[in-house]
Amino acid sequence: MYAQLVKTAGTGVKSQEEMTDQEREFQDKIDRDIKIEPKDWMPDDYRATLIRQIGQHAHSEIVGQLPEGNWITRAPTLERKAILLAKVQDEAGHGLYLYCAAETLGVTRDEITEMLLDGRMKYSSIFNYPTLNWADIGAVGWLVDGAAIMNQVPLQRTSYGPYSRAMIRICKEESFHQRQGYDAIRKMAEGSPEQKKMAQDALNRLWFPSLMMFGPSDKDSVHSAQSMAWKIKINTNDELRQKFVDQTVPQIEFLGLDLPDPGIKWNEERGHYDYTDPDWSEFFNVIKGNGPCNVDRLAARNKAWDDGEWVRDGLLEHARKKAARKHAAE
Amino acid sequence: MAEVDKQALLQFLLRMGDNTLILGHRVSEWCGHSPVLEEDIALANTALDLIGQTQLWLGYAAEVQGEGKTADDIAFLRDAWDFRNVLLVEMPNGDFGQTLMRQFLFDAWHSIMLGRLMKSSDKTVAEIAEKASKEVAYHLERSADTVVGLGDGTEESHSRMQAALDYLWPYVGEMFESDDVDDAMAAAGISVDPASLREDYDALVCKILSDATLTIPESRFAHKGGRTGYMHTEHLGHLLATMQWLPRAYPGCQW
Repeated sequence: MYAQLVKTAGTGVKSQEEMTDQEREFQDKIDRDIKIEPKDWMPDDYRATLIRQIGQHAHSEIVGQLPEGNWITRAPTLERKAILLAKVQDEAGHGLYLYCAAETLGVTRDEITEMLLDGRMKYSSIFNYPTLNWADIGAVGWLVDGAAIMNQVPLQRTSYGPYSRAMIRICKEESFHQRQGYDAIRKMAEGSPEQKKMAQDALNRLWFPSLMMFGPSDKDSVHSAQSMAWKIKINTNDELRQKFVDQTVPQIEFLGLDLPDPGIKWNEERGHYDYTDPDWSEFFNVIKGNGPCNVDRLAARNKAWDDGEWVRDGLLEHARKKAARKHAAE
Repeated sequence: MAEVDKQALLQFLLRMGDNTLILGHRVSEWCGHSPVLEEDIALANTALDLIGQTQLWLGYAAEVQGEGKTADDIAFLRDAWDFRNVLLVEMPNGDFGQTLMRQFLFDAWHSIMLGRLMKSSDKTVAEIAEKASKEVAYHLERSADTVVGLGDGTEESHSRMQAALDYLWPYVGEMFESDDVDDAMAAAGISVDPASLREDYDALVCKILSDATLTIPESRFAHKGGRTGYMHTEHLGHLLATMQWLPRAYPGCQW
């Protein structure tokens, strides 16, 4: 998933006794895996948290077009160009489903878009890192989409109906992207010495930012406990991060690339790979706006929005004129 | 197939494939920067269709050429003078209005051309045209709708669309130029004389631009030199420098 540090509204999980009748009925539905639908009653905090979470995910899909778009015009073959175009088109489509899911909670796409543009809402920290060589495109599909899927697969079972349904569609496409990304970086890893160097460089640069995508440890967080009780968060950040590391290390070895972290070692006792925790001060800096690309990414989105104003206004005005003409003819 | 026919066929295929390659590249430059999310999706989709068509046209061109090259070799390893696209498609994106006006002026020609090519005596050409025409029907519907919407929108959108039309109109005429290649293709029933498309084109374009409340410039002056490769615009070299950089910097690699 592309949502990190989503602040859960409320003060933590309430006991049965603390809940009102309505809240008890709501929690009971969730516990019995009955989906919450837009017209059903829901606690304000549940609604507010979901808007933040779905919105942040949607924004990530939109901003995520930029680092990949950076290479569309330089894709080295027609097939790679087509694959990348299809992928970026899918990401924009994911943004669209997610904005639609958010709209069912009572917020318009324009409203949350404005919140992205003026910095009130965030997108995933990963998209504030640059794509510097062609192997980055493979690495983004393999690692970034791979990390996203870790969270999105369990979220197919999330309690909110429209979000769950969006996630089911998104997961199908994301796993396809991940396989394509792996195929692209495999070509590089098996290629000329220069290509192999590009693949290693991409892996080294994107490894820790990919681990950061899961967010800092939240195993003791009361907010996470509430989100988990609501089933809008299914696993802890550490669980997902470990699963990602366990899945990815053998893939790195298969590619014949060097491990990007000397701390990666199989731990027989735990049955998992040990790894070095990312530098969380870097993460918080990126979240604060100090990542390598924050300023450029947001400026690009703002420019697209501002430059497009005349287009949106023009098409709206035309629709109005057309409706008026139709009305006059009737 | 006689040698002269093979050369003419190759030129014809390059003209078709370079048009879609260069326009597809231009449209792909928009990725992530369009005025509204639906347009990001539509632009990426259009670029994707055009690149897919390029694979078919240039793949066939490579086969006809018979030198063991691939569509990628043709796309990425030729210099500007070997490109055979019309100048219109290499013109810069400009604002969104200019991009969609360029798209419409090309789509209108492309859809009519593909309709004729579906009856080509060359089976491969007919098959490519059949597949492409389905995609291009949608491109035309969308670009025409957008040109009408923006032309007949606000004062600002109208004036921007008129400016785009004025800027691009001198590049329309080249699509209807004929030369020896076209004569040979028409004689063999593989393609048609481009001049024969003009009547249908004018009817279609006049209707849409009139709905868009836009005025077609009076002058029929046409810049040319793209489809013969004699003189491209300065813009093409920059486009190629970006597009071809990787395979040229690291020759012989598999990607």
